[in-house]
Amino acid sequence: MMRGTRLGVGERRAAVVGVGVLAWVVGLLWIFPVGWTLFTSFKTEQDAAAQTLHHGLGFGRYSDVSHSTTGVLSLQTAFMNSLVVVVVSTLIVLLLALPAAYALAIHPIHKWRDVLFFFISTKFLPIVASIFPIYVYAQKWNLIGTREVLIFLYIGINLPLAIWMIRSFFMEVPRELIEAAEIDGTSIFNQLRQVIMPIAAPGIAATALLCLIFAWNEYFYALQLNFANGSTMPQWVVANVSTRGNFLAKLSAASIIACLPVVIAGWAAQKRMIRGLSMGALK
Amino acid sequence: MTAAAADVALKKGQVGDPFSSAWRRRLPLLPALLYMVAITQLPFLVSIYYSLTNLKDRTQTLIPEPTKFVGIDNYRELYSDPFFRQAIWTSVKMTVLAVLLSLVIGTLFAILLDRKFLGQGLIRTLLITPFLLMPVVAALIWKQQMFSSLFGVLNKVLGFLGFNSVQFISDHPLGSIVTVLVWQWTPFMMLIVLAGLQSQPSDIIEAANVDGATSFGIFRQLTLPHLRRYLELGALLGSIYIVQAFDAIDVMTGGGPGSTNVPYYVYQQSIGGGFRYGAASAYAIVVVIFAIVIATFALRVLSSLFKDEERA
Repeated sequence: MMRGTRLGVGERRAAVVGVGVLAWVVGLLWIFPVGWTLFTSFKTEQDAAAQTLHHGLGFGRYSDVSHSTTGVLSLQTAFMNSLVVVVVSTLIVLLLALPAAYALAIHPIHKWRDVLFFFISTKFLPIVASIFPIYVYAQKWNLIGTREVLIFLYIGINLPLAIWMIRSFFMEVPRELIEAAEIDGTSIFNQLRQVIMPIAAPGIAATALLCLIFAWNEYFYALQLNFANGSTMPQWVVANVSTRGNFLAKLSAASIIACLPVVIAGWAAQKRMIRGLSMGALK
Repeated sequence: MTAAAADVALKKGQVGDPFSSAWRRRLPLLPALLYMVAITQLPFLVSIYYSLTNLKDRTQTLIPEPTKFVGIDNYRELYSDPFFRQAIWTSVKMTVLAVLLSLVIGTLFAILLDRKFLGQGLIRTLLITPFLLMPVVAALIWKQQMFSSLFGVLNKVLGFLGFNSVQFISDHPLGSIVTVLVWQWTPFMMLIVLAGLQSQPSDIIEAANVDGATSFGIFRQLTLPHLRRYLELGALLGSIYIVQAFDAIDVMTGGGPGSTNVPYYVYQQSIGGGFRYGAASAYAIVVVIFAIVIATFALRVLSSLFKDEERA
């Protein structure tokens, strides 16, 4: 810690403690809504609505929301839909992005910069500009309510991001290694598998994680194109909002269940994630 | 928008011979490129065509009328639509407020977290949580548990302090949505600015210290200029996502007065109930034109960051 070092030892310690206390207060206040939701999720519905704690805490609401009532979207269905859509779309994204990143980083094609910026420019295209044709054709081809339509769209959401990220990780692979492999006549596929992937593996994992997070949290396409039985986790959470009776504790439990996988994954990969989010522009 | 540039990139070089070295280099790129063109550019072109017709959803109308070409009627209608203008204004306010506030708060958090203290890693981990939550869940948490006049914590606290209760969402719809957006995006800005602070060369700061510069002077003259590109990047990426905000609006107000941004308005006109795909496409095209203007500027920022990286 170099900054502001012209203080006495005692003052410096006081300043450190002061900063620490301030950071803790700010941090805890900022995540208070999350903590409160977690707390509510363990309450009974009466306690949650009245903001009291007469009946103790327990996992009752978690078992309530995971047992489906007929005719209502069940946790199991939504979870499986989300899992399949998110995993399959991420795998395809990697399958498309790895060779593309190779062509943009290892042996950059002519005008590679334009291609790279074309990919990112698609992220600026408002979703509403393409949703009607997609909706109309999805209807025509009987894709409404299927997992496939979401897989197609989530690939489109994540592919530009993945290409940017993986390209920046590929740039760090020592050139000598690749050149040596080429002199040995190794094919692109084997170069990727034997030389590049092992070095870029942590970066590729971070990329995959980010794709998983964005796909898992996606709501707009899922709402438009995939209601009823094809619904994913965000819709399942919203389905727990009820106009009749108390639902606050159940909604809280559902929110926690729906967010937990992604939150834990994000916590574990926070350092790499920042680089991914900045599209590889920052180290 | 830069599809044309990409096309040029593909056509140049030895056209025809698929085994030329230029084509072998491009081959690994093609699947990804074709996929993105198919899923973003084609629908956009179809949207332009729709915007010149009176296309409606057949399943939603009792008397289906044949789709016909109406020229620029949809655009003329849009021009005189006060609600559309209001939606644009809401979009601008929502994006600017949310991006600026999260950038400022995120920078303050980053400065705090750049210091060493007990539990630094834990606090950083906790702070990024809101960003990882599903936007839908974040909006529901705030709506039901914080803002609600029935079960909301905020009104409990206000009541405890002797204030009257506030109908946050119905009286301040825009403020409520911006609050949730800022809550989610501040951690993101914090992470980016933190990366900037930690990449600052410490020898220059040391030298400034030796020369007797004050902490504030160092921050203003050395740290802030260094942070500039990080702040720009944060603003740029934040805007991309926040300008498209949909989830929070859908969950919190359902597009009530003062909180309908452009994406939500277009949605209301079409698959959200209006089912006028032709007219709604015209709105969408106008949004894209705005987006192109903003994106051209934004991409320039990104590109300058990028050139710095190349040089480094």
